[in-house]
Amino acid sequence: MRVEGYGRVDRDEPVTFSFDGKRYQGFAGDTLASALLANDITLMGRSFKYHRPRGVLSAGSEEPNALMTVKRAGGDDPNVRATVQEIFEGMQARSQNRWPSLEWDLLSINDLGAPFLGAGFYYKTFMWPKPFWEKVYEPLIRRAAGLGALDGAANGDSYEKAYAFCDLLVIGAGPAGLMAALTAGRAGVDVILADEDATPGGRLLSEDERIDGVPATDWVAAALEELEALPNVRVMTRTAVSGAYDQGTYAAIERVGHHLASAGGLPLECFWRIVAKRAILAAGAIERPVAFKNNDRPGVMTAGAMRAYLHRWGVAPAQNVVVFGNNDNAHRTARDLAAAGIHVAALVDSRADVAQSGDYQVIPGAMVSDVIGGRGGVQSVKVTSASGEESIQCGAVAMSGGWNPSVHLACHMNGRPTWNDAISAFVPTPGMVPGLQAVGAANGTFSTHGCLREGAAAAAEAARDLGYAVTEAILPEADDAPYALSPLWTVPHKGRAWLDFQNDVTVKDVKQAAKENFRSVEHMKRYTTQGMATDQGKNSNVAALAVLADATGRSIPETGTTNFRPPFVPVSIASMGAGAQGKGFAPERKTTSHAATVERGAPLIEAGLWYRPSYFPKSGERTWRESCDREVTMVREAVGVCDVSTLGKIDIQGPDAAAFLDFVYCNMFSTLKPGRVRYGLMLREDGHVMDDGTTARWGENHFVMTTTTAAAGLVMRHLEWVHQGLRPDMDVRFISATEQWAQFAVAGPKSRELLNGLLDTPIDSESWPFMACGPVSLMGVQGRLFRISFSGEHAYELAVPARYGDSLFRELVARAEGLGGGAYGMEALNVLRIEKGFITHSEIHGRVTADDIGMGRMVSAKKDCVGKTMSQRPGLSGPEREQLVGLKPVGAVKQLTAGAHLFEQGAEPNRANDHGYITSVGFSPTLGHFVGLGFLLNGRARLGETVKMVDHLREVETTCEVIDPVMFDQDGGRVRG
Amino acid sequence: MRLTCPICGDRDHREFFYQGAAVMLDRPAPEAGEAAWDDYLNLRENPAGDTRELWFHGGGCGAWLEVTRNTVTHAVSDVALARDAKGAKA
Repeated sequence: MRVEGYGRVDRDEPVTFSFDGKRYQGFAGDTLASALLANDITLMGRSFKYHRPRGVLSAGSEEPNALMTVKRAGGDDPNVRATVQEIFEGMQARSQNRWPSLEWDLLSINDLGAPFLGAGFYYKTFMWPKPFWEKVYEPLIRRAAGLGALDGAANGDSYEKAYAFCDLLVIGAGPAGLMAALTAGRAGVDVILADEDATPGGRLLSEDERIDGVPATDWVAAALEELEALPNVRVMTRTAVSGAYDQGTYAAIERVGHHLASAGGLPLECFWRIVAKRAILAAGAIERPVAFKNNDRPGVMTAGAMRAYLHRWGVAPAQNVVVFGNNDNAHRTARDLAAAGIHVAALVDSRADVAQSGDYQVIPGAMVSDVIGGRGGVQSVKVTSASGEESIQCGAVAMSGGWNPSVHLACHMNGRPTWNDAISAFVPTPGMVPGLQAVGAANGTFSTHGCLREGAAAAAEAARDLGYAVTEAILPEADDAPYALSPLWTVPHKGRAWLDFQNDVTVKDVKQAAKENFRSVEHMKRYTTQGMATDQGKNSNVAALAVLADATGRSIPETGTTNFRPPFVPVSIASMGAGAQGKGFAPERKTTSHAATVERGAPLIEAGLWYRPSYFPKSGERTWRESCDREVTMVREAVGVCDVSTLGKIDIQGPDAAAFLDFVYCNMFSTLKPGRVRYGLMLREDGHVMDDGTTARWGENHFVMTTTTAAAGLVMRHLEWVHQGLRPDMDVRFISATEQWAQFAVAGPKSRELLNGLLDTPIDSESWPFMACGPVSLMGVQGRLFRISFSGEHAYELAVPARYGDSLFRELVARAEGLGGGAYGMEALNVLRIEKGFITHSEIHGRVTADDIGMGRMVSAKKDCVGKTMSQRPGLSGPEREQLVGLKPVGAVKQLTAGAHLFEQGAEPNRANDHGYITSVGFSPTLGHFVGLGFLLNGRARLGETVKMVDHLREVETTCEVIDPVMFDQDGGRVRG
Repeated sequence: MRLTCPICGDRDHREFFYQGAAVMLDRPAPEAGEAAWDDYLNLRENPAGDTRELWFHGGGCGAWLEVTRNTVTHAVSDVALARDAKGAKA
């Protein structure tokens, strides 16, 4: 119900929403929880395991009970905490974990079976028959227990990620956080003030207090106005800092669109990474419940929550309330409720020596020992004291077991908090997160004045550390009452008293865990599930370990806490993965010939981030094989053009360039003459092949290296490593020039004829023999020409500055077509190189050595190089290894498949008999059959032998002959022609 | 996690590539023998405390860095250019 004259909701702005299909009205500023309470709805959910009726326990992000599913345009949003969700016009919310309805939940039968369903019940009960666990028991248990469900559809909402940097991150905008932000902001410090609430102010919004003689909310408003006016302060609302990480990095989750009916292009959430030189933790404290029988009935909530509902939202859960606590906070609640006209039936204080605090009955030295009621709410409580037991009628219960500072973030880097006896709670241990200081309630200082004082002091210290001049502000006058309590965790009773509402863990469960020797707090947590799920034990951890401490005869600090891990509040996976759904931010690298390629209808294939043509279909061709066969034949008989710009190009210069290449390649480069190109093989230091490619000596101290497309980045990093890490004495510099040059292969018997139509000065065999290179001029453009071949044909690669790539490609293809040739794609390129036994990363896949691919003798004996020592290790060469061979089908089955394994004829095709595998296959139109490259045990000695290829996955078995990997033009006459 | 590159300044770890222990800087002579090479390539300390590691600033200046990092606290106490570290030893 609403309480007149109270609350900060806008009563002039009604908001209509629905819950479980029924329409209700709230006001702008309401949360789902406050609006439901205003409509006298106390039953808001069913518990996880026993399906007990539950109402709202808290008024903050720690809420364990009131979890709901909110319908959004992009799909269902489950497990939304009603205490955090602001209502908006037309919002549709529904309860979870119940069937058929929240009022009548058939699975509440679990509650009757509770004696059998205690901690660890399923470990003991569902043991046999063994296969039943996975097939029967687990699905059943999972269906019965749980939270909300996803709707199964792809998430249609948008999410975002963002980065922010600041000098000082202030976490929490209560009195301590606001004072910290003001102090640092006035000094000119670059401040981010982040608060998880929609409105800054923290606890001041939920209390009846005065600061500097004015209502605390007025002080908050003035502070915010001042902060907003400071250009060096950013105030981030609805932003919960969720984790503290190394080197001042903090994670935060901002609810951007959750409170809006239509996000209007805004994301639902934004995941922030905030980098701060200093941080102040002013996250406040969380009130803890007391464990007594039936303390989980709808209508029982924490005393601070009841005050918050009254002051902030003008709502009370009932007309008639019993307040129960062990501290002065309970008295404050009773006083505020009475002042608002709510009948306080009794204030039950577990402490014997307490004074009358207001116009209501105070029962000292007493405890609430049972709550009578049901899903409709509370009817009465039983109060036990030295004088016996009495029953008191009431419609709601406010309970307070004291406050736990929100130490979580301070412990995220594996720190353990310190037990403070005076407040019976853990407080942050200074220095657990470098650069972070806890202040105010998060530091165990609960008075408003104490919060303001600590906030100001910590901010001043941080500002001075960062080199700012700070003038000490005069602290506002505020409440400075001491906080007094006497520890009370549980009320002794036979019945079930709840510790962890989220996971249905009772006092008995924790005691049972201790009895079964799960005495470590980490073991107890896992055995009982206490402290798991969305609230992560924020409401229950300290009380649960107090019970465990008692049951094991240790003190609370001796018992210790479990590890605090991020996130502090639930963070959606969707927000952390923002930008990575589907293609996300993955870059697309396109060659200069891309447009012309697409115009020709070529299907594209991804090569790393590059997009390259598979083949160029001609009209009448029905399959890719027809196109590929044509393109291969075209290159062998006329001329083909292929964009090879994706190969890595590294420009290397310096007096030591040649010596450097001698060190990174296993073969010699210092002996290469300027104007010539050489094939080079690069090893890893462990003796295996890293990459290969050709390197041209452009001048005495100038080389142009090419790498494979896939390894371009890797090789660049490797060269940097070898230079900086191993040979910084070498005077050499290099830079990637991959994107600066468009480079095209012109391959086939008519390649020179094609080029000579284009080059300003024609070339011949004398001036441009095989492996020559040099500058050329074509139509006035300065380019580079390399006579190299990856097809085995008389071929060239022609490079021009990238801006000429598109026009040159079109020109080359047109001229090739005039000579009976044309463009060719990756499929044909692959067949051409397999026919010639040229390797790619299919062959040099990281586990092969130079000897394995028949290049053992390339490792120069005259010099050291990376990988040389290890390549000569026993076991990295020789007949006991699998060596590169060619394969061709010779039996009835004509197909070869990449990935298939090789076996001796007649051998059982199993792992023990494995003799090797196939790495590359293609159909050779030149030879008229499939050709393959592969690795075969002692393969070089087995040419001519017949082996069996077995592909267990595709179920292909082919009889093959082992042949030389160079299957076409073995003497290389064509390439020199 | 953040590293302060001596050339670029304070940067997010996503800009860096992690290689492994900085012993890779101390490449043995080719004739140093099996044990030295085995040690160099395969054997690594696993200290609870300060460790020297190699990071590559691939998303920045391309410098190889020798980072001294505490495996217990994650504190980074020193970041030096690998070529300087190498030069100091040479």
